[in-house]
Amino acid sequence: MRALTWHGKHDVRVDTVPDPQIVNARDAIIRITSTAICGSDLHLYDHTIPTLEAGDVLGHEFMGEVVEVGPGNSKLKVGQRVVVPFVIACGECFFCKKQQFAACDNSNPAETADMSEFLYGYPMTGAFGYSHLTGGYAGGQAEYARVPYSDVGPIVIPDGVEDEKVLFLSDILPTGWMAAVNCDIQPEEVVAVWGCGPVGLFAIQSAFALGAHRVIAIDHYPHRLELARSMGAETINFEESNVREALVEMTGGIGPDACIDAVGMESHGVTADSVMDKVKAAVKLVTDETHGLRQVIIACRKGGRVSIPGVYGGVTDKFPIGAMMEKGLSIKSGQTHVQKYMPDLLKLILDGKLDTTFLISHRMSLEEAPQGYRMFKEQQNTVTKVVLKPDGIVRH
Amino acid sequence: MSERLAEPPRDDAPPSAHRSPDDEAARIPHLSWQSGDVLVGRSVTIDRPREELYAFWRNFENLPKFMHSIQRVTVIDAIRSRWRIEAPAGKSVEWQSTITSDQPGRLIAWESDEGAHLRNSGSVEFKESPEGRGTVVTVTLAYDPPGGALGQLIAKLYHKEPNIQARRDLRRFKQLMETGEVAIAAAPRSN
Repeated sequence: MRALTWHGKHDVRVDTVPDPQIVNARDAIIRITSTAICGSDLHLYDHTIPTLEAGDVLGHEFMGEVVEVGPGNSKLKVGQRVVVPFVIACGECFFCKKQQFAACDNSNPAETADMSEFLYGYPMTGAFGYSHLTGGYAGGQAEYARVPYSDVGPIVIPDGVEDEKVLFLSDILPTGWMAAVNCDIQPEEVVAVWGCGPVGLFAIQSAFALGAHRVIAIDHYPHRLELARSMGAETINFEESNVREALVEMTGGIGPDACIDAVGMESHGVTADSVMDKVKAAVKLVTDETHGLRQVIIACRKGGRVSIPGVYGGVTDKFPIGAMMEKGLSIKSGQTHVQKYMPDLLKLILDGKLDTTFLISHRMSLEEAPQGYRMFKEQQNTVTKVVLKPDGIVRH
Repeated sequence: MSERLAEPPRDDAPPSAHRSPDDEAARIPHLSWQSGDVLVGRSVTIDRPREELYAFWRNFENLPKFMHSIQRVTVIDAIRSRWRIEAPAGKSVEWQSTITSDQPGRLIAWESDEGAHLRNSGSVEFKESPEGRGTVVTVTLAYDPPGGALGQLIAKLYHKEPNIQARRDLRRFKQLMETGEVAIAAAPRSN
């Protein structure tokens, strides 16, 4: 089959690789009809996540048609259309039973679990196409993918519902949703969202859906801020305005009740600490550039909540721990428990209460994927989401 | 009248977590500890009844399904078994083990027979999780790190940190018992 493979920093190629096979009884093979490039794929593209190996198939946002089902899965049927969660979860362990699917204790193979156990104290969960820290599973920017525990993850999509309406159930829609859920939003509250990429925009949409009175969106790309405004958010362009000053004034001196860091590492910034981060990252003193998160913590109101869906992988310094403690902030973070939120979000989509298609700016064939990565990286203002069509059916 | 102060009790951490396990290992039940042995201890919680886990483990021929460094275990009789690990260059190492304690649903302990190339002893214990989360499975092992080619093999298998292999084996045991399969990426990739 054809698949997008990683070969090094800013070097991804479409190669011919062996077709995936059923390995375990609960596996299924999916013929992929739509797959997207995620903002977090850019961390792989920039090689800021370790343990990638040349030849790894990337991609963790995908959907398609079931073409083969292992003998241990009695739920899925060949021919069904499914969206696949990026988190691989067994459904049987302590964490899955608590619906903390992104903490599944079984999906990361024993051999690849060592490094994250060493780094984080406990091993990470398996995920598609996202380095060997999360298992080294082949991703979905390909014609086919093997889906382990396919009786737990994939959600069946009714016939007649277009791919693009439901594709983002695989990651970014539940991620934006969980980011807002983690804010514990009360009526009449103000939520500030850093980063108007796909997750940030979905977090804005979700914050309103969960009862936020106002949402303030922060970015520096005019087009992305415009999308945020079209969803009802007020905006701050951090290149034009001092973010904390603006937030203080826009909230009558109280500050936002909840703040979402939808940027993660590699945040842009124009202040001294962000420059120092880049210098230190360049000399390997710290791994994560966290300028954005510092600003989030400083800007949040006393007793407020900070929600971090943005991806971080390593350690950082100059973390404003004093501001966090003295203001009594609550912080919630984590990879998304996609399987937990998918059914409700699918219902909202089918009921016409949630639309995610506005995000898609570019549609390409799988063969054009390397160009898609380059554009997504270099033209973040206008390239909001790239959807790839491995079956060759591209509607521009 | 002199009153001797009692030695303060040690903390509640298990011996394998002790900073100098040598001091502790000799006191561990079912372990034929000798000075210089490597001590390995590791626990995992598995959401299955302890009788089921015990029964699977007690059939030693099942062990290679999750202990990937073990090539084959051949059961000789009720208490004796023959173990084989693969070595580089098509060689292998074998030894014979005898069960020294067998408490159905609770514990299995074993010890290598006299003259084994890899002198080892150990136990696996199955206890109900006090929090009701299933069964806490604890493996405790002591082995004499051999020198020479066999030593190099053992070092390779155990990645210089003896806990790693036990940790991986227990992860696979948990995967197999909870999900019915051992997680594997089996990723197609380009060359």
